[in-house]
Amino acid sequence: MSETIDLSFWQLAAAYLFVLLLIAIVRIKGIPREKEIWIASIRMVIQLILVGYLLEYLFHYSHPVFTLLLLAVMLGFAIRTVFKQARGKLSQNMKRIIAISMISGIIASLSTFILVVIGMKPWYDPRYVIPIAGMIVGNSMTGISLGLHSMIENMQSQKAKVEGALMLGATPRTAVRDIVNQAFDAAMMPTINSMVGMGIISLPGMMTGQILSGTSPIVAVEYQIAIMLGIVGSVSLSVLLFLQLGYRTFFNHRSQLQL
Amino acid sequence: MFRFHEVKAGVLRVPNLTIPAKAITCIIGESGSGKTTLLRLLNLLDSPEEGEIWFDGVSLNEVNPVEWRRKAVMVPQTPVMFKGTVEDNLQIGRFLAGQPSANREQLMESLYLFHLDKELSQAADNLSGGEKQRLALARAVLMNPEVLLLDEPTSALDEATSDTLMQRLTAHSRRNGIMLVMITHSRIIADTYADYIIEVKHGIPQINGGFIHE
Repeated sequence: MSETIDLSFWQLAAAYLFVLLLIAIVRIKGIPREKEIWIASIRMVIQLILVGYLLEYLFHYSHPVFTLLLLAVMLGFAIRTVFKQARGKLSQNMKRIIAISMISGIIASLSTFILVVIGMKPWYDPRYVIPIAGMIVGNSMTGISLGLHSMIENMQSQKAKVEGALMLGATPRTAVRDIVNQAFDAAMMPTINSMVGMGIISLPGMMTGQILSGTSPIVAVEYQIAIMLGIVGSVSLSVLLFLQLGYRTFFNHRSQLQL
Repeated sequence: MFRFHEVKAGVLRVPNLTIPAKAITCIIGESGSGKTTLLRLLNLLDSPEEGEIWFDGVSLNEVNPVEWRRKAVMVPQTPVMFKGTVEDNLQIGRFLAGQPSANREQLMESLYLFHLDKELSQAADNLSGGEKQRLALARAVLMNPEVLLLDEPTSALDEATSDTLMQRLTAHSRRNGIMLVMITHSRIIADTYADYIIEVKHGIPQINGGFIHE
């Protein structure tokens, strides 16, 4: 395998030509997004440089506390992002359920992946844990976010139907069964679609990265298959937990709809 | 028999009210006066902010709300249709309430009762507003409830259909000892069919005379 080409400053700067081109286009077209493009691209560069140095440091001084700390930060940010992306105000109860589902779903699948599938020693090796956790956390975050959005929207649009079922003596669980199923579909669809298109429509980021860094494509594929299954496990576990607990926040202890 | 004591819920103020057992009671009053709130309290879809309601001496605060709604079934003014056929929509009430499915004879009888000349296999979504309303009533009756709480059951029907429906509904209720509490905008329906009329004025319901219909 040939060595990876290290990019020099000027080579990286050359990649910025794309941003300049984009800026020129939005300016000519009069699309008021110039500021956002500058902020986003500069923010990305600063964040990645910082994380690059942080990872360099962590890989060098690998310690379980550092790994766990970084995992906690990732989870915290993911949970906060779900809260921020939700339309309307979330109740404290709903926020707690989102956090519990994400933490349990992610920890369960991440630890299975690290301890059973890869069988890493030591378990806290940040070179593996951090990127794998990143993918699992990111996908679970998207799943929960989509599930939450679908559930809130359908609860509001199908309020009459849910109450109609309650009036006939349905339990809250039965009354919202369709809504919960729709939310599960909405949450899982991106993960399922990406599995279906994988290798044909897209070469996933992790695999591409491994291949670029000189790993054999076969090994890269093995990792990709494993991580994809890990992602499916984590997303479905978090989302299932969230939906089973989350629908209850729409009802009080007298099985009355609270909207 | 329902008994209200010092109940407050939204615009509704009920210092004292008794709705007699196994009778037909119509609730009348201007829109926004709290008629639907009253019905929702009886179905336990809402709870009073203050005060208490009893049914045959048992406080509604003490009963299991899901079990209660299977006994005191409510039909809203805008009927809710579920996916599927007329038959699916008839059966779903019993299904949701954990009761065994109705047989064909029971299904046909419920359609006849509500003057609904439709095939069981027809898609429920294609029915007209009035037909959906009657299907929702048939579904509720099939559950053999002790109390039927109806919010304007004839609002989407013409006068003749409305009359036939009221005659059959009240006869069925009396025959089976069902307590009927229904909101109506029609003073004529109330005067013709009700044993008792409750008039809600500015959020305060009052029994407004009793009539006995044999």
